[in-house]
Amino acid sequence: MTANELLPLAVLASSLLPGLVIFALPEERVALRTALNLAGAFAKIGLVALLVAGVAAGEDYVFRYAVLPGIDLVFKADALALLFITLSTVLWLFTTLYAIGYLEGAPHRSRFFGFFSLCVTATMGIAMAGNLFTFFVFYELLTLSTFPLVVHRGTEKAMRAGTIYLAYTLVGGTALLVGIVWLHSLVGHTEFAHGGIASALGEGQAGALKAIFLLLIAGVGVKAALVPLHGWLPQAMVAPAPVSALLHAVAVVKAGAFGIVRIAYEIYGIEFAQSLGLLLPLAVLAAVTILWGSLRALFQDDLKKRLAYSTVSQVSYIALGVALFGPLGTIGGLVHLVHQGVMKITLFFCAGNYAETLGIHKVSEMDGAGRRMPWTTAAFSVAALGMMGAPLTAGAVSKAWLGDGAEAAGMGWALWVLWASSLLNAAYFLPILWRAWARPLPAAWPDEHIPARGRRETAWLLLLPPLATAALTLTFGIFAEAEWSPLAWAKLIAQREYLQAAF
Amino acid sequence: MTSGLVFALAGVALFAMGAAGVLLLAELMRRVLAFNIMGSGAFLVLVGLAQRNDVPDPVPQAMVLTGIVVAVAATALALALARRYQALGGRDELAGDD
Amino acid sequence: MTEPLPWLILLPLAWATATFLLGPGRGAWLAIAGIAVQCGLTFALAGQLLAEGPQPHAAGGWAPPLGIALAADGLAAVMLLLTQGVALLLALYARGYFAPGDQAARHFWPLAGFLLAGMNALFLAADLFNLYVTLELVGLAAVGLVASGGGAAQLGAALRYLFATLLGSGAYLLGVALVYGAYGTVSIELLLPLVDADVPRAVWFAAALMLAGLMLKTALFPFHFWLPPAHGGAPAPVSALLSALVVKASFYLILRLWLGPFAPLAAAIAWLPALLGSAAILWGSWRAIRAERLKLLVAWSTVAQLGYLFLIFPLIAAPGPALAAGVMQAVSHGLAKAAMFAAAGVVIHVTGRDTVAGVAGVAGRLPLTLFAFALAGVTLMGLPPSGGFLAKWLLIDAALAQGAWALAAVVIAGGLLAAVYVFRVLRQAFLDAPAVEAAHPAPPLLEWTAFALAAASVLLGLRGMELLRLLSVGSAG
Repeated sequence: MTANELLPLAVLASSLLPGLVIFALPEERVALRTALNLAGAFAKIGLVALLVAGVAAGEDYVFRYAVLPGIDLVFKADALALLFITLSTVLWLFTTLYAIGYLEGAPHRSRFFGFFSLCVTATMGIAMAGNLFTFFVFYELLTLSTFPLVVHRGTEKAMRAGTIYLAYTLVGGTALLVGIVWLHSLVGHTEFAHGGIASALGEGQAGALKAIFLLLIAGVGVKAALVPLHGWLPQAMVAPAPVSALLHAVAVVKAGAFGIVRIAYEIYGIEFAQSLGLLLPLAVLAAVTILWGSLRALFQDDLKKRLAYSTVSQVSYIALGVALFGPLGTIGGLVHLVHQGVMKITLFFCAGNYAETLGIHKVSEMDGAGRRMPWTTAAFSVAALGMMGAPLTAGAVSKAWLGDGAEAAGMGWALWVLWASSLLNAAYFLPILWRAWARPLPAAWPDEHIPARGRRETAWLLLLPPLATAALTLTFGIFAEAEWSPLAWAKLIAQREYLQAAF
Repeated sequence: MTSGLVFALAGVALFAMGAAGVLLLAELMRRVLAFNIMGSGAFLVLVGLAQRNDVPDPVPQAMVLTGIVVAVAATALALALARRYQALGGRDELAGDD
Repeated sequence: MTEPLPWLILLPLAWATATFLLGPGRGAWLAIAGIAVQCGLTFALAGQLLAEGPQPHAAGGWAPPLGIALAADGLAAVMLLLTQGVALLLALYARGYFAPGDQAARHFWPLAGFLLAGMNALFLAADLFNLYVTLELVGLAAVGLVASGGGAAQLGAALRYLFATLLGSGAYLLGVALVYGAYGTVSIELLLPLVDADVPRAVWFAAALMLAGLMLKTALFPFHFWLPPAHGGAPAPVSALLSALVVKASFYLILRLWLGPFAPLAAAIAWLPALLGSAAILWGSWRAIRAERLKLLVAWSTVAQLGYLFLIFPLIAAPGPALAAGVMQAVSHGLAKAAMFAAAGVVIHVTGRDTVAGVAGVAGRLPLTLFAFALAGVTLMGLPPSGGFLAKWLLIDAALAQGAWALAAVVIAGGLLAAVYVFRVLRQAFLDAPAVEAAHPAPPLLEWTAFALAAASVLLGLRGMELLRLLSVGSAG
């Protein structure tokens, strides 16, 4: 086995092995558990850095293992995979740090971190999947490993949310499976390839291919929270904040969005998908989701629920970018995969901080929070402005490219959707900022756990991760043209995967 | 109609009666007896059909001997279980399905 | 022991007798050692098959028809491997499960030995009559095991099971008699060229009787009535043995007949087992979803999972992965169901309650057992990367390739229904609940064997190639 085959496996192992050991650790081995978590996270960063350097230089990293005759488990670290992997790896580190602070003294931490690591492993598998079979294996693994996290608190409410989550994701997974097997029985394999594999069947099978596309998109659309398959996401809010961060920014919804990218570009091929007339319905669905999510967010008083509906809306930017037929839209969608992750994780970290420090769960309780917790609120503000697409933030970059993509594709209406969404974003985020910064301090906080001590507004481990991700939000916005930025990488992907096929 | 066929038809009839008994009777003792009738029916078919050209075929005889041993063992087990069941619960038929 | 076939039957007979004399203490270790040797023999047999192809064997040098012929092909080897592997882990489990002086243990070991001897003989027998004898041996030993708990409910379940199994094998025997009457032989090999599509009516009748009898013994809907009380009421190691292995034995026989002598007749009625199998999946899952008792839930799940095995029959005539799907399902369900009963046994042992509600809070106290239950559940739901997933994939693949959309829909629905009953338990386990006062400690041996079985059922999903390669040796289908 060569080094190029081993590296993708090592990326998986760097979270799988610590996770398995953590399961076996007794609850009170805090130091060892923390060390394992961080060792895994840093090892993964190192491995991913190696991969990034290699892929930029044109190396191939493929590992193949036959499971059944004609069906292989394939891991392939290509440029698109690495976009997702790098995002997940970096955010995993921050989320781990945050979770260590957040769960201090809470019960069942070994179980929590064990499943946490499994969840990241599944995400890595999804990112590196080289065919739909492998994608499905890890897609379901992700469902299974997130369920214990969603129900972690063990309350009836958490159980209800967990049940709803499972109902949606397992049914979605089933649709995905049928689509994959059907495709497999027609094409004979399900490899991801530049330009797609479905076009080999030609227009003669257009009916079947359309049905398969519907099944596949329905399957991944559940995790990507496309309307009307989004119902689980706001319910899953009962989970602890690090889990919400993971669901919304790193793993679950991203897995769905990433699946849409893979299916559209590397199973159907964007041109073939266009010629089958599949892209316009997808774009309309994404647009509806964007607007519906934003509208629903307006009316949520629960802070995390408002953020959840915001996720519903924002993740569909990625789907919209895919569906805009043209490289500019692709770049916009891909870069938003990273940008949305960084911004949304900041928002959830901050929401967790408000809840843990002051017991704030509702928007109406946010009055004066900025004075009590200036750093957290500053991070929150940066991310919220980013979501609106304010200049200098990562969000502005995404929206600019998506807008250009819409124009280039001749889909002017999509531009209106983006504008309307920005306005709605402002309408549900600005009141929060106004309350936090401009309203006076209340007489008492709902439930203050962590008293302020000097300049330290809350525990360090809770404060540093949102500050770091907020800084990334600004960095990705300001230095968008740098050669290490997500934008540059998205351009590289578009060049390699899209233009190669287009021209 | 050859004598073999008569045996075989009688065997099938016995089997059917026995099987109906195993299925439909309530009392354990009667069900055990019905099982034995059912088994005898099968043995009769086996021996009866094998009598071709009036040359005795040793193979079905061996089979029936084996089958009788099995049937005796099964009957013994059924009787032992039924007795114990009666001793524990004072009933000679099985409680209704759940 | 250059020839493993007869030893696979003689060895369990020998240790079964010896454990009866030695008693459960030392006898248990003897049994475990015996099964370990059987495992080695089966691996040797599998290696031999892969290298040299199928080998016939005449026991004691006596030629058929009066002698007993044995034969092993890939299908038999897969079933033998499953049986010895599951039996070894369950024997270890049983060693920890039965308290010293437990009356049930006195009966468990000898009966388990006779059961294994019967099963191994069944997989290897090459003629229809010897198959009848092995069927009875398996059935009687299994009934004894069900009764070994000793309670009135268990004896009732055992009697119900006994009458069902006797009726099933009686029907089979009558079928054998009719076949002998028609052809003058019961050797599977000799029958193969004799049976064609326009056979006398008696042979049709014989085939119907034999298959119906075997379906009764496999607890295919609507013949499943005896299974839930028998499997749900027995001591945990017994439930595991019965649900994982014994019902597979009669399924194996159906498969043998279907692919072998009765293949020319089978095409006409192929939809019937699939229809019954579909009904079994839906009804069994529904009852599992409604079950109040934990072990009864697992037992009803067996009724449902057995249904999948029968979905393959309409697909099996055409080339394709249908047979592989069925065998994969049999093997992965065997491992998973053994794991699930073993895990349920640990939960019941610790909490003292056999109810689904009693599982509350188990996640905190028995994480390993719960993990075993969950992994087994993953296999039953057919989620990746388990063996159950491969089975489901192959089955849907075969169904879609032949345009059998209804079958694919049943498989899909069955997977979702399985998710409902599996997560009914898991959800309960994650609830925060106060510790039960009467809690017993969980013996690690029990927890780890349950886990090993469950892990095997999942890891099978990564070793599908080996299994299918072995299966294809001398394959009739």
